[in-house]
Amino acid sequence: MTVVLAAAAAALFGCGTYLLLQRELTRIVLGLALLAHGANLFILLGAGRRGRPAFIGSAPDDAFLDPLPQAFVLTAIVITFGVTTFLLGLAYRSWVLTNDDEVQDDIEDRRVAARIHPTEEEADFAAAAAERDAEEAAAAELTEGGAPS
Amino acid sequence: MNALLPAPLLLPMAGAAMSIVLGRWRNAQRILGVAVLSAVLACTAVLLARVDRDGTAVVEAGGWPSPIGITLVVDRFAAVMLVLGALMLLGVLVYAIGQGRVEGEEQRHVGFHPVYLVLSAGVMGAFLTGDLFNLFVSFEVMLTASYVLLTLGGRRAQVRAGMTYVVISLVASALFLTAIGFVYASTGTVNLAQLSLAMAELPDGLRQALTLLLLGVFGIKAAVFPLFFWLPDSYPTAPTAVTAVFAGLLTKVGVYAIIRTQTLLVDPLDRPAGLLLVIASLTMLVGVLGAIAQSDVKRILSFHIVSQIGYMIFGLALFSIAGLAGAILYIVHHIVVKTTLFLVGGLIEHRAGSSDLDRIGGLLRTAPVLAVTFLVTALSLAGLPPLSGFVAKFALVDAGIAGEAWAAVGVSLLVSVFTLFSMTKIWAGAFGGETPEDAPTPRPMPALMLGPTLVLAGVAVVIALSAGSLYDLASRAAEDLLDASRYQTEVLGR
Repeated sequence: MTVVLAAAAAALFGCGTYLLLQRELTRIVLGLALLAHGANLFILLGAGRRGRPAFIGSAPDDAFLDPLPQAFVLTAIVITFGVTTFLLGLAYRSWVLTNDDEVQDDIEDRRVAARIHPTEEEADFAAAAAERDAEEAAAAELTEGGAPS
Repeated sequence: MNALLPAPLLLPMAGAAMSIVLGRWRNAQRILGVAVLSAVLACTAVLLARVDRDGTAVVEAGGWPSPIGITLVVDRFAAVMLVLGALMLLGVLVYAIGQGRVEGEEQRHVGFHPVYLVLSAGVMGAFLTGDLFNLFVSFEVMLTASYVLLTLGGRRAQVRAGMTYVVISLVASALFLTAIGFVYASTGTVNLAQLSLAMAELPDGLRQALTLLLLGVFGIKAAVFPLFFWLPDSYPTAPTAVTAVFAGLLTKVGVYAIIRTQTLLVDPLDRPAGLLLVIASLTMLVGVLGAIAQSDVKRILSFHIVSQIGYMIFGLALFSIAGLAGAILYIVHHIVVKTTLFLVGGLIEHRAGSSDLDRIGGLLRTAPVLAVTFLVTALSLAGLPPLSGFVAKFALVDAGIAGEAWAAVGVSLLVSVFTLFSMTKIWAGAFGGETPEDAPTPRPMPALMLGPTLVLAGVAVVIALSAGSLYDLASRAAEDLLDASRYQTEVLGR
């Protein structure tokens, strides 16, 4: 059984990592959730064989399940839950601002690159900057017109 | 004495709760925040004095004995970090209040003060804890607060940078959790003192794997090469006050964790000295080269954070008393100088309307006080005598020569030249030359913004002036760090 659970943790890590490498924030959030689940499952595996008692006095001392990993995991779940909610809020904000939840490129990076390779990168930067300006203008309109509060 | 130990953690937490209640009265929030952090600073100062006199202090929160209970440990290194952390948090809060009055919606936001206090509690908790899992919790408290502070304005650039920052931090957290799982499964404890005893009994391969895993986790948090890409991308987008406290403290909490775990948990025989030396050299070099390519004050300074982290890791990699003392001295100098430089950067932005070097200039004539403050801190960062950076770098280079790490010493000297070069660039761009014609009319600098900046710059000068006694303190702290048995005896009481 431990092997099955270990394989499950490995699968969660693998799928989580794959999803993390995508550009859409919703996928990244899912990937992070899987990654955190993988870590939690992994810690639980360290507690001992499943099905053992957790209360003092209900079994001989050496047949106990270690309760500490469960406390760790409980704490970790609460933290992951809170931060995932925050990330979803961020994804929503990004969608409001740009109608998209893709993680954007860094404009300053493109600008620095444009100074080194003037011809090819310049066009790239100009396109990105124009795109940003247009989206910002649209977002400004959206906030002005769409936020009565 | 013992009641004083949890105070730096509990005061900001309680303050944050009260700050939420006071949400409707901004001035009350401001007074509360400054009062709480002043009290924390006072507590940590007393702690440092006591710990330096009597040695490591331990408190078992809740009355359970170590290793079962929640252990708070303050040795000399932790005490130094606590004092500096409290000083920076207080100075930047005053600056933020001043900035909030004239510009910046974020600092006027109802959530700013509570979240800032939670961040303070997280930073203090990370320095105080004597337990790997509580270190994780403190990191999370600190980081979650930092996510909110970074994106409080909800602007486009902030949302973009916030995504990268939150995602990379969460990945590091998941890895940290996995590392804790490994550590607990193989040793059955997370108490740092007991762990350092238990680690020695593990098989070689497992021990080295755990060492490297912990190094990788904290390496992401401390932004060492090659795990630093998130830092220059995300820090500059936040409001100045927030960036300043991030720059001064957050990565240094990561460095603190690296130093703590690598000295305490790792067996003296398999300390990854060679690996750390390579990482340190590359971090110094790549950071400063990145800074040279930039043309925005905040981004230049952000890349310099990376470069400076390399110096601290360099000191650690020597694993000698002189090396660690140099690293501690460097951290002290860096926290003060870096925070001040970011505050100066914020004042430049406030005064000239931009932090882009192509759009500003001539501040030497319009803001001479600012120019002098920048000059003192920038030259200190580059390590020119007789400023604090020189003292710290001298200690490091001296230790490096004693440890025969010639390549790293060479790189560190070369990087100093590059640092000076890129500081000259800010000087020439912002302070020298003519004010651009299309520049907006210069705005007056509020006393609450200029005041803390000058005080912190003064602290940097004081560091240089009292270098001798500070170096002695750092040496004593380094002796504590290198002798793991002292920590074990104090915490476990045997």
